[in-house]
This record gives sequence, structure tokens and C-alpha cells, in this order.
Amino acid sequence: MKKLMVVTFAVLICCCPSVWAKVEVLQFDSVEQERRYNQLIEELRCLVCQNQNLADSNADLAKDLREKTYQMIKAGSSNEEIVDYMVDRYGDFVLYRPPVKLSTVILWTGPFVLLLIGLWVLVRLVRQRRNQPVATLSQEQHEQAQRLLHED
Amino acid sequence: MTSKAVRYFIPLVVFIALAVFLGLGLKLDPRHVPSPLVGKRVPEFSLPRLFYPDKAFTPVDLQGRVWVLNVWASWCVACREEHDVLKDLVGRNPVTVIGLNYKDTVTEAIQWLEQLGNPYELSVVDAEGQVGIDWGVYGVPETFVIDHEGIIRYKHIGPISSTDVEKTILPLIEDLQRSTS
Repeated sequence: MKKLMVVTFAVLICCCPSVWAKVEVLQFDSVEQERRYNQLIEELRCLVCQNQNLADSNADLAKDLREKTYQMIKAGSSNEEIVDYMVDRYGDFVLYRPPVKLSTVILWTGPFVLLLIGLWVLVRLVRQRRNQPVATLSQEQHEQAQRLLHED
Repeated sequence: MTSKAVRYFIPLVVFIALAVFLGLGLKLDPRHVPSPLVGKRVPEFSLPRLFYPDKAFTPVDLQGRVWVLNVWASWCVACREEHDVLKDLVGRNPVTVIGLNYKDTVTEAIQWLEQLGNPYELSVVDAEGQVGIDWGVYGVPETFVIDHEGIIRYKHIGPISSTDVEKTILPLIEDLQRSTS
């Protein structure tokens, strides 16, 4: 039984696509280069499967672009040079962190604007509640309540 | 209307605005990424020709002419769908159509053209896909319209339909041809 579970688990793990992606074995000159490579392919977006980055994607193009990134790092290109290379060809779309431009202002400020609106609504609600008159009981109601409370 | 009544309409207004935006979003095709190459010079390359591997083709050869670059491959199903539309295009306009045979094998590519007909003036072989990367190719087939100065004027991603030819591509080509002469 235990064996069966282990096998099932192993099969399930292998079905997970991220295990299959990025299978290339790469040799780097330094740890720094490898770190940069991993960072870049995390931040660059695959154009074929658009909700994945280059690191996660199995697409042929993603493989080619990983290879290109690797070659450029080995050739001594800086991160900016590599990102510029991709943007020149595929546009800002390849960046998961797009630059702040007129066309991306909503993208960058939208969440903060929504947060401010939320805060404003919250503050207003709290204030409104605070200003509400505290319900008071008339003498008669007060006595009725006392009676109810001491009934037994 | 009192201010209280107005407040009741706020959710409705928000809902309508959201519905309009989402509705518009449905019409957008996420596969159509605006290309930074439109309006720029064609990326240069020199690649061997499919039928004459010892001869090379480079975009400079077509300087002064309006031409079309179509990225295709024998493994690409959508290219098959597009093929008749391309043949129709070259039948109607003498425009030069160059094929960029993308990440394909020569034998299969030649076989494909022999079977389905060859609308291309010539095809070039980009076996590694490097020129494809330079042209920002990510979804074969892709079609570029290039003017007589070597500037990319239009890019189409995915198979072109006869409607695309009728409404966009042919009028653009004719327009460019007129401005050349």
C-alpha cells in the first residue's frame, strides 16, 4: 500500500508541467551568471503561452529565447542589453515588469487608486457609524426590560 | 432626484462600466501583441534559398519594391489553411511574396510546396529560427507587408483570411505600390 502511494505520488509529480519545463543543462562561468540567468527567465514572458514566463514554458520559442538569454549572458551582455534585445523584437509585452509609460500608467497606478478608494469608503462608513445616535430607551421601555430580566 | 437616490445608482453605474470594459475585452485577441517592428526598417538577414541552397537572399535585394514576407512551416497546420489565400493574393496582385521557412526541414518544406502549390517568389530557410527571433516571430504563420523603402508597414499574426486580404492587406499593398510609382 505504501509502495503504491509512493508510485502514485511520483507519477503525479511528473505530470506537473513545471517539472518538465526548463530541462536544458547549462554550464555557467560563475554563480553570478547563473543567478542572472534564472532571474531573467523568470521575468521575461513567453509569447506563445502568455501566462507563463520563459522559465516555466515548454514552448519551442521559450526554449529558443532561453538559449538566446544564455548565450548573451555567456557573451558578457548586461541584463539591460538582454532585456532591450527582447523588447526590440517582441515589445514591452515580453516584460512581466513593464516600464512606466503613458500606456502603462493605469497598470501601475490602478491598484493604488483602488486601494485609496477602498480606504475612503471604509473611513466614511466608520465615521457614519460613529455619528449615529445611540439608541435610548424611554422610562417605560426601561422598566419593561428590567421586568423581563428579573422575571424568574 | 435626492442625493440618496443618486447613491443607489452608483452600483448600477459601476456595474455597467465594468460590463462595457469586459465586453470590449472579449473582442480583443490576446494573441495579437502589437509589434515594435511596425514602422521600422526590416531586420537584415542573409539566408539560403529553399530550392537553391547555394544562393542567398537578403531583403536588400528587394529595395525599391513593395513586398510581403510570410513565415511558414510544413509542421504548421494554420499555414495550410492560409495557403490558398496566399495563392489567391499573388493571383490578384503582382506583389512579391517571400516565404520564410521557419524551423522546418528542407525535404518536408519542398514536399509541402509541391503538394499544395507555391505562391512564393522564393522561400528562404531559417532552420534555427534565429531570423524568426529577429523579426519577432512567435506564432506561425505571420505576414509582414514591407514598403519600397524597406519599412515594415503591417504585421499580421496567425493565418490571413480572404477577408483580411480584401479589407486590409490588398488595399495597403495597392496604396504602397501607387505611392512608389
